[in-house]
Amino acid sequence: MTDDEIRKIRKKNNSMLGLILVAFVILVFSITVAKMMGGATMEAYDHVRRPQLEQIN
Amino acid sequence: MTEATIKTTSDQPDFGNYVSLLKPRVMSLVVFTAAVGLIVAPGSMNIVLAFASVLFIALGAGASGSLNMWWDADIDSIMKRTQGRPVPSGKVSANNAMLVGLWMSVLSVGMLGLASNWFAAGLLAFTIFFYAVVYSMWLKRSTPQNIVIGGAAGAFPPMVGWVAASGSISYEAIGMFMLIFMWTPPHFWALALFMNEDYSKAGIPMLTVTHGKRSTRNHILTYTILLTPFSVGLAFTSIGGPVYFVLSIILSLLFLLGAFKLFKREEKIAIEDNYLEERKVFKFSLFYLFLLFTALLIEASFRSYDVRLIAWPQVF
Repeated sequence: MTDDEIRKIRKKNNSMLGLILVAFVILVFSITVAKMMGGATMEAYDHVRRPQLEQIN
Repeated sequence: MTEATIKTTSDQPDFGNYVSLLKPRVMSLVVFTAAVGLIVAPGSMNIVLAFASVLFIALGAGASGSLNMWWDADIDSIMKRTQGRPVPSGKVSANNAMLVGLWMSVLSVGMLGLASNWFAAGLLAFTIFFYAVVYSMWLKRSTPQNIVIGGAAGAFPPMVGWVAASGSISYEAIGMFMLIFMWTPPHFWALALFMNEDYSKAGIPMLTVTHGKRSTRNHILTYTILLTPFSVGLAFTSIGGPVYFVLSIILSLLFLLGAFKLFKREEKIAIEDNYLEERKVFKFSLFYLFLLFTALLIEASFRSYDVRLIAWPQVF
């Protein structure tokens, strides 16, 4: 294999990997949106007590 | 880095080599069965989360495929059927196959947990462990029962899909598991009948190698008979119905007929026609599983439109 051919293959590999990473970012974002719309907890405990997060029995 | 570091002598793996590391054909079956498990499960799931769940179950299956190729590189390079795989052909190093497998496992389990629930993610982790460690590392090289017990790994996906959607295991999920679990031995033994030289050369104790082809033919018939009640029985669960029932009866009879033909065949005749019937049964078995899961989908779409036979007996 010549250097030129190797460079071509690597370029293709890198762009495929790039596409997959972009697709992954979009997917994670979509999952986030879907979970939020499904009513997932949007607030969590910080370093202090958060009375508004506690279940009222 | 500068161009001086480019290696000119060794093969440059291309992207397709890494894709084939994940066993895409196995993955396509996993995508299908996991999707069916997820769709027929009770409860509704957001379409994005459902898509992501199926994707990551399939990726988990791909990860275990990659780990399998890392571990089995030595025997894959001996067998004709597997010589072209990326590790034995020298395209991807065994170490890279292991790294891809491990990282994909972590990613798929973590993402499935986030997209659905952690019970499903745990089940997927167990599936990967079962295929990569229990089957590949332990059973495959030590016992002719390898594919019987190892078949469990392939049987988990619809159950993982079911748990991803519904959050728990039920009869129906176990029913789908048992269907694939019981189907695996006759499917692989039919393959082993016409792959014998490969397995014996590689020293894998397939049933054909340890007990001979006669015994394997008996086993195929026995396991196909044992498979039938599981296959038909699924009709009488909440995910079954008349369409599934009729199809499972027809397909089971055809599968039994094929298994019986293999049982009656003499080795001499099989060699003469180059294992024509064995190849047919192997192909048919794939078709069999595919159609049964399609029937489950059809039943689910009837249910979603509230079309159902009132008198249909639901035993399980």
